[in-house]
Amino acid sequence: MKDIHQFLCSPADSTHRHGPHDRIVMSSRVRLARNLRDHAFPGWAKKPERVKVLETVLPAVIAMPEMSDSFAEAMDNLTALDKQLLVERHLISREHAAKNVGCGLVVNRAETFSVMINEEDHLRMQALRPGFQTREAWQAVDKLDSALEKKLNFAFDNELGYLTACPTNLGTGIRVSAMLHLPGLVLAEQINPIIQSVNKLGLAVRGLYGEGTEALGNVFQVSNQMTLGESETVIVERLEKVLSQIIEHEENARQTLMEKKPKVVFNHIGRAYGILANAHSISSKETMNLLSLLRLGVDMELFPGTQRSLVDELFLITQPAHLQKQVSDKLSAEERDLIRADMVRERLKNVNRPVVKPAGGAAN
Amino acid sequence: MQCCVCKEKPATVHLTQIVGEKMQKLDLCEDCAKAKGINDPTSFAMADLMLGLGASQELDPSAGAVEVKCVRCGFSQADFKKSGRLGCPECYRTFAEGLAGLLKTMHKGTRHIGKAPEALRATRDTVDRLKSLQKKLAKAIGEEDYETAAAVRDEIKTMSGAVPAKAR
Repeated sequence: MKDIHQFLCSPADSTHRHGPHDRIVMSSRVRLARNLRDHAFPGWAKKPERVKVLETVLPAVIAMPEMSDSFAEAMDNLTALDKQLLVERHLISREHAAKNVGCGLVVNRAETFSVMINEEDHLRMQALRPGFQTREAWQAVDKLDSALEKKLNFAFDNELGYLTACPTNLGTGIRVSAMLHLPGLVLAEQINPIIQSVNKLGLAVRGLYGEGTEALGNVFQVSNQMTLGESETVIVERLEKVLSQIIEHEENARQTLMEKKPKVVFNHIGRAYGILANAHSISSKETMNLLSLLRLGVDMELFPGTQRSLVDELFLITQPAHLQKQVSDKLSAEERDLIRADMVRERLKNVNRPVVKPAGGAAN
Repeated sequence: MQCCVCKEKPATVHLTQIVGEKMQKLDLCEDCAKAKGINDPTSFAMADLMLGLGASQELDPSAGAVEVKCVRCGFSQADFKKSGRLGCPECYRTFAEGLAGLLKTMHKGTRHIGKAPEALRATRDTVDRLKSLQKKLAKAIGEEDYETAAAVRDEIKTMSGAVPAKAR
């Protein structure tokens, strides 16, 4: 059995991927839900049928040129830790991590494509891109889907479009989403009205790991909800418009904070640095929330010479599964908190305490 | 006004969400509103809520009626109520009637617009075109515009005879 941790590129490399607007948009993704015409949906199918679907779909996906260098495995061959690692990399959903026999995964080394087999639908294929690249992600997954439909018989109805297990995904089966880092809006206490107005446009705002999760580290996922009655392009374009507006609001919030309440900003970032650089025991949640402030500090040029990727790498390697993969999977939560604190202190050894800038000195 | 979930207590929470040009309204009692998590507007999306509601309303078998089951996979309305998911692609035909209302509240429209598998695209375009021509014909007849009606009728005739050739 291949080891997913060895297959995927190191957290250091993965956080050096750059894309447009990546100081606010951490990543973009587009997923398509597809099902085989002649089989029950995974939630209703009995085990033998799920296995059969997996045996049909897996080889077809592996044969795609996009997946020439890929990791393909049945979910029952992965350990709980492997699955958690994949969740932390946003390559599979938390729902899929709970799956076993008859479910599978294909992910390419560049982490630009991931196909979940027998999650809620027979296929959940997604294209991932760093930064604000929703359109590029759509084009990429569209191409993969067009190639796959030549090998697999997708369930499609002239009236209803692609048929999905849940009626909420019916039609295009598309979910366009972006992961946004919005510490400025959170600090300025403007995040709730923004979430509300985004909701009113029929878009969903979720936490770091999707449905039902909290916005750890001030990271929010924005995605479309409706999938039937408008084309993929229209959906992508609407989300792009809304995302551009959120980016603008976040930039404005940061600038206003620096102009009007610089002490509040320096206080938050200084305290975050103080704890991270000096703690000897720290939970994953606290780490994420403080790293978010450190990241904001880097964006605002309060840490000259420090790259954002240092923070992003810490954000990834301090999460439970990543940490256990590096050290040992036999650690208790308390032991992890100690090791996490050691790791963070070590990495921040060469990062000087934040400088204080005169008011109005916003960064780009 | 009664709560539209429990249909027992008076509705005191009234919600209106405008999606596109459609307005969706909900009237709930305080308990049901709390149960649905509406006291926290930040995490609330009408579509999620409507799914649960629709599931109990639209697909609920009326008392005494024979339970409908999907002939292909054996999935029943009760199963949908439980999981909010369907059993197989065929279920969309089996439960078409109950789903129609649900889809209307959930989505922008009830008809798919967008990508289709290439093999089906040509026929799909022809069917679309025929449908819109038929509508045009009915409208022309209704308006007693017989000149247009005749032209449209001829177009339908040629199209019905033609092999679907045009792909998008």
